[in-house]
Amino acid sequence: MNFCRTESLIDTVTHYCPGCGHGIIHRLVAEVLDELGVREKTIATAPVGCAVLFYNYMKCDIIECAHGRSPAVATAIKRLLPENVVFTYQGDGDLAAIGMAETIHAANRGENITVIFVNNAIYGMTGGQMAPTTLLGQMSTTTEAGRGNNQEGPPIKVCELLSMLDGVTYLERVAVNDAKNVIKTKKAIRKGFLNQIEGRGFSMVEVLSMCPTDWKVSPLKAAEFVNIDMKSVFPLGVYKDEDGQ
Amino acid sequence: MSKVSKKVLLKGNEVMVEAALSAGCRFFAGYPITPQNEVPECMSRRMPEVGGVFVQAESEVAAINMIFGASATGTRCMTSSSSPGISLKQEGISYIAAGELPCVIANVQRGGPGLGNIRASQGDYFQAVKGGGHGDYKLIVLAPSTLPELYELTQNAFDYSDYYRNPVMILGDGILGQMAEPVELKEYKPIVTLPEKDWILDGCEGRDPRVIKTLYLYPSDSLAVHNAHLKKKYEQIASELELFEEYKTEDCELVIAAYGMTARIAKAAIRLARDKGMKVGLLRPISLWPLANSAFMRLAETAKKFLVVEMSNGQFIEDVRLATECSVPVEFFGYGGGWYPTPENILERIEKVYTL
Repeated sequence: MNFCRTESLIDTVTHYCPGCGHGIIHRLVAEVLDELGVREKTIATAPVGCAVLFYNYMKCDIIECAHGRSPAVATAIKRLLPENVVFTYQGDGDLAAIGMAETIHAANRGENITVIFVNNAIYGMTGGQMAPTTLLGQMSTTTEAGRGNNQEGPPIKVCELLSMLDGVTYLERVAVNDAKNVIKTKKAIRKGFLNQIEGRGFSMVEVLSMCPTDWKVSPLKAAEFVNIDMKSVFPLGVYKDEDGQ
Repeated sequence: MSKVSKKVLLKGNEVMVEAALSAGCRFFAGYPITPQNEVPECMSRRMPEVGGVFVQAESEVAAINMIFGASATGTRCMTSSSSPGISLKQEGISYIAAGELPCVIANVQRGGPGLGNIRASQGDYFQAVKGGGHGDYKLIVLAPSTLPELYELTQNAFDYSDYYRNPVMILGDGILGQMAEPVELKEYKPIVTLPEKDWILDGCEGRDPRVIKTLYLYPSDSLAVHNAHLKKKYEQIASELELFEEYKTEDCELVIAAYGMTARIAKAAIRLARDKGMKVGLLRPISLWPLANSAFMRLAETAKKFLVVEMSNGQFIEDVRLATECSVPVEFFGYGGGWYPTPENILERIEKVYTL
């Protein structure tokens, strides 16, 4: 196998921390865009969060959105340019906290877009506050005693939540904690884009990812946390797979 | 629409729809709120007929962000709402201004603050002309006072926004939106030479990828430089776009300063005052930002006094004082909370301040 650079990634150093999952997920998205030959017709949205500088790394048209609003922005772009490929790249705070309304309604309208949802159970860029997906008992800078001791409620399971909506086509939760899961993640991302290209409707791939810096653990321990702790709360698998229209 | 223009009886909210579609608006996102509901309703029917996209958004926040996306594709686009909904849109408006994306935003004002009421008001003046959202930015704000003017200004709003790459707000009120008047549906003709949209996102085939962003973190792409660029653009707009109307000001001793529906009511009051021998005229700014400061200064040199009439507890009056550099006394007549004056109300105030 010949491992080489992807056309869809800009050859540059990223700002991501050692052991962060964003680099892997960027690479997987880029590989899929390359393989499907759609880079030049792709328009992506950048979130607010660690991936806010997404446009520095992806070689396609990109619009940087207000926090959580990517699904609304992508809705308009895809409706006006149905022949283009439109995807959002969002973190857990962006997608499941401040942007939950935009997420649910774009999903339920069956917007023909692809959502890459990176769930690392923490607000990374702002320094490690509790995310909507932070686990019970998990410490963060706003839950120093662990989530659940101050009526924060349990983590929100986005795939499960969206699977209730009739308008949704495809939901899968994957992880990037090891090579096997990385391969599965790529397959899911590919399917998410193919669904859009074939006009099937709303697809979201939730990727469980590592944040060693804000979890305050080593990269190895972070991968283990995804494998053991996160997967037990956020089981991997396909939550919805409809034919669409 | 045939090439021969015809007069039809329409409500103000419907006038905006017809004007927007005639000007090539092909994307609308909105959310129900009184007194602007006819805009999204009418758009939902009419937009598919012209091959455009209508989306009923889940919120005003989503609606304005859909406009952010729609404008990024180079499509002429519009959203509308009323006061509380416009507050919700402020985040998106700031981003749109920062990203220099053209669009038209209509505010059919109602009484406030809070949920307020659904009567006409001009309580959102500050929000419209001073920014509203966060950061240093300006909206072009247009205030029509009749439905034919609303039709024309809505068409022009799309040109101004494309020409300057800046959001334009139509600042109306509940009366303007809900009243019906015969309007000639004139064919759209651009009032400026429109620049090519060489910044849009439509896929990077055959060109370098483009980015639309509002984040400027690094010294290499300094936010100060971006803000200076915006400032220069606003100065250009201010020097080129001062829209106003004068009515019976040639010999006037008292200038009524009013905009939008209030100015229209003031005209009737001025006729009554003239019948009684009082030399009263009207200065009606049509663009609220930029404001026609030079017209205010010119009239301040000859008139003895200004009287500001507005449907609020006093917002526009602050800019009148600034525009006249406090060189003449500026009297006030206005109430907040969904009130509008009758010509007789205004006449009564004219009689009081004229002789003082």
